[in-house]
Amino acid sequence: MYHTKSVTELSAMLQAGEVSSVELTRYFLDRIKNSDEKLNSFITVCEEQALAQAKECDERLKAGNAPALTGVPVAHKDIFCTDGVKTSCASKMLDNFISPYDATVVTNMRAAGVVMLGKTNMDEFAMGSSNETSYYGAVKNPWNLKAVPGGSSGGSAAAVAARLAPAATGTDTGGSIRQPAAFCGITGIKPTYGRVSRFGMIAFASSLDQAGPMGQSASDCALLLNAMAGFDEKDSTSIEKAVPDYSADLDKPLDGLRIGLPKEYFAHAEGGMNAEVEAIIKTALDQYKAMGAELVEIELPNSALSVPVYYVVAPAECSTNLSRFDGVRYGYRCEDPKDLNDLYTRSRGEAFGEEVQRRIMVGTYALSSGYYDAYYLKAQQLRQLISDDFKNAYEKVDVIMAPATPETAFNIGEKSDDPISMYLSDIYTIAVNLAGIPAMSIPVGFSDGMPVGMQIIGNHFEEARLLNVAHKYQQQTDWHTTLPEEFK
Amino acid sequence: MSSAASNEWGQWEVVIGLEIHAQLATRSKIFSGASTAYGAEPNTQTSVVDIALPGVLPVLNKEAVHMAVKFGMAIKAEVADRSVFDRKNYFYPDLPKGYQISQFDLPIVGPGTIDIELESGETKTIGVTRAHLEEDAGKSLHEDYAGMTGIDLNRAGTPLLEIVSEPDMRSAKEAVAYMKKIHTLVQYIGICDGNMQEGSFRCDANVSVRPKGQEEYGTRAELKNINSFRFVERAINIEVERQIDLIEDGGEVVQETRLYDSVKNETRSMRSKEEANDYRYFPDPDLLPVVITEEYRQQVRAELPELPEQKQKRFMEELGLSAYDAGVITASLALSSYFDTVAEKTGDAKLSANWITGELSARLNREEIDIADAAVDAGAFALLLSRIKDNTISGKIAKDVLDAMWKGEGSADEVIESKGLKQITDTGAIEAFVDEVIANNPSQFEELKGGKDKMMGFFVGQVMKMSKGKANPAQVNELIRQKMK
Amino acid sequence: MSIEVDEVKKIAKLACLNVDDADIQSYATNLSNILDLVAQMDAVDTTGVTPMSHPFDVVQRLREDVVTDLDRREDFQAIAPAVEDGLYLVPKVLE
Repeated sequence: MYHTKSVTELSAMLQAGEVSSVELTRYFLDRIKNSDEKLNSFITVCEEQALAQAKECDERLKAGNAPALTGVPVAHKDIFCTDGVKTSCASKMLDNFISPYDATVVTNMRAAGVVMLGKTNMDEFAMGSSNETSYYGAVKNPWNLKAVPGGSSGGSAAAVAARLAPAATGTDTGGSIRQPAAFCGITGIKPTYGRVSRFGMIAFASSLDQAGPMGQSASDCALLLNAMAGFDEKDSTSIEKAVPDYSADLDKPLDGLRIGLPKEYFAHAEGGMNAEVEAIIKTALDQYKAMGAELVEIELPNSALSVPVYYVVAPAECSTNLSRFDGVRYGYRCEDPKDLNDLYTRSRGEAFGEEVQRRIMVGTYALSSGYYDAYYLKAQQLRQLISDDFKNAYEKVDVIMAPATPETAFNIGEKSDDPISMYLSDIYTIAVNLAGIPAMSIPVGFSDGMPVGMQIIGNHFEEARLLNVAHKYQQQTDWHTTLPEEFK
Repeated sequence: MSSAASNEWGQWEVVIGLEIHAQLATRSKIFSGASTAYGAEPNTQTSVVDIALPGVLPVLNKEAVHMAVKFGMAIKAEVADRSVFDRKNYFYPDLPKGYQISQFDLPIVGPGTIDIELESGETKTIGVTRAHLEEDAGKSLHEDYAGMTGIDLNRAGTPLLEIVSEPDMRSAKEAVAYMKKIHTLVQYIGICDGNMQEGSFRCDANVSVRPKGQEEYGTRAELKNINSFRFVERAINIEVERQIDLIEDGGEVVQETRLYDSVKNETRSMRSKEEANDYRYFPDPDLLPVVITEEYRQQVRAELPELPEQKQKRFMEELGLSAYDAGVITASLALSSYFDTVAEKTGDAKLSANWITGELSARLNREEIDIADAAVDAGAFALLLSRIKDNTISGKIAKDVLDAMWKGEGSADEVIESKGLKQITDTGAIEAFVDEVIANNPSQFEELKGGKDKMMGFFVGQVMKMSKGKANPAQVNELIRQKMK
Repeated sequence: MSIEVDEVKKIAKLACLNVDDADIQSYATNLSNILDLVAQMDAVDTTGVTPMSHPFDVVQRLREDVVTDLDRREDFQAIAPAVEDGLYLVPKVLE
């Protein structure tokens, strides 16, 4: 039925009048209603609004000249502000927050004709790698309901993997699109920092956050990114650069493509890549070789420091980004505050989860007087070195390939008591955010029935190249079209 | 010990530095498109950015940057090629984001100087350490809302230029002179309306004392948010007195923020702001470095209007005003525009200057009001001076007319008419007075004719008295001389 | 690097977070572990390296000084916890 169709196919069917947007929207709403109890991938389902939007889309389609995505239902991560719809960021703090405005991503997608099915679950304020920190409870992995879907965009990943939505939006601060995409066997791309507007996307770590699409395939992600990307005058960090048609070069041959393999990522260090994951990645690399690509060993000497650097920069920025949640103008306010300090400390103490509070404290500490140079400044200097490593690498290669995660999805509860081991599950994804470059994750096989993801990392603004490289692989493989048994 | 000038603090030397906050006269806020107009209903001039909704981002106002650069060029300061916005973190209900966007390490305006005139007539140069852009906070209204405080965020996000001086001032009077100088300058260059009642221009004073001859500074107290020149002087003097008394009694000054209470005329510690003042400054990741090119600096320099000192010089050279008159008039933009209007309408710059620095200023000082609040506007004042020039009234009568006008009794012409103050220019009428005075004082008249010139004053005086001041003195003089022949 | 309970209290106060006494020790342990992880940074000499605060060397774009946002107080205060006469209410602030 419709859930086995890609966005590319659904769009063609809508344009040809073979299905209406209302039909399609109702179909996915039903699927959510019937199956999401197992996954908990949605925080809010917008039935009424979605059907109303679908109706409008059908009229636009009838009138002709409707944009490519018109009538396609999509889910938004609950980090994007949506006018008139609850925007919780999976926190008790915003459980009662009905946003009075739309994020630019939401506006752009709406203009492209997308219908919003609802808001997906996530780690609270995007802080987490397993979706277990959500105020609305953990999300389950469609491939194994005992396993985590990854995070923080776990709801979006699970919803797309189970085809409760044809595609979804996500955000990625340290791997939050790529790691859940890998764990759930879908395709996701984190664009270059500044490519997609951050306006209306609730900030976690401002200098690292970037939104991107999560879909069934590279070609679907290309279509969605066409709608999401673009300069936004409301975001000072948005880049004033024309957006190419990401679908245009998908079929370009890969002859002569130079693929860099960071030797640090393939080293057998403790906590490094699981052997079976490594074998699967190597098979994928061989397929690329067969398509005419050349494999080149490269060095990213400072990459080992990505995790420590990230756990200074991200908490520092988040500690002040989250200061606005004070119980004064919106959001949670504690009962009967006895004075101003009580209002602040109890509202925040009661409404932020443990991981969020932990990161706020780490960040507050790192920025505090006497520690700034040793932590924040030092981290920003190392960030420069990590970024320079990539710059040097791209003088020798076109793209870099690496595992997305050291292992497949772990079980719910397995790491939730140990922040450090949780942090280390992002070891291969974090450096990309520090450097601001684009990267994606594509499914390349299964280990013990769980999906394995491979990262393709590009130089600044090379999204089209990444999508092309991923698409060529997906034309030869069917990992990305394989569905979990329970959701076929 | 009572308030006194700096050299009267005995063995103590006073050290003062000022942080002046000038609200920039932009139409919209520094990081949002909401209006900055004063006096609107609470919270009606706030955008999603100003109330710090989740997900919003700041975008810098071009005009705020322009105005800051203008100030930098006006004080011949270094305007930075590259300046950076930082977050200053603290929790307060009038600070919606929980941090203020300000500039810490790399301010837009670097070191510059301002010259002030001391009472002795000497000039003293005060160092301006820096001036940086930042956003204003909202307002807390402490009137009782069922035991709660009300928060109005209309002011939140209004652009401020914080102008920080070196600790170069040695008395409250110097501090006031410096503050007035900056006040005038920002209005001249059109970057701030200078309205102190509305809080557009306010200052914090860092005050310390040290034994004369000691190089090291004493511990300073920061006096917060003083919004009038008079209060600056009083607050500093009362604080100096407090510090000296404290030290002389064997105590120690603690570094703290203090609030000046103008009703009780005392400063007191603001304990609430004392705790946890670790501001955790770091570069705001939502904003990028502001880059100013040499070309832009030149362009802004070229568009600077005539500055107070240039204007003073021109008034002396072109209009022949005295250094004193030209100084007083140009020390305030409002006063100098008042002068411009009066001088233009009367066509007599010198007469206008004399009257403005004399009679008008005396009345303003007496009532402790600003030229903007003067009871007689420039047009009405010019009409009064014109009546002196066309001999309708004498200068002496004009002072009485001005008093009546000040009390709201009408225009110069109305007052002259209603009080019958019109000068008598009818020769016949004046001659009658002259004849009568001569007839009453025959011996004195003989002395006058005998060459005792001093007697002339006596006769003119008598005639003026008889005419109740309305006779034209020049005509009186002329007629007496005719009678002497 | 180990963080003591007192320090956790100090940080929590600075961050305006009310932490239960029962949880303080576990925060102290976790924060200490995180700082140990972060301490790996010390292995690299960064003398003379310019800190990177942004992925690109781009400059701040400036907005025209135009009023574009009109009054939306009603919308904004519909989601506020406590308002009166158009003001946001908080417990009495003492100066």
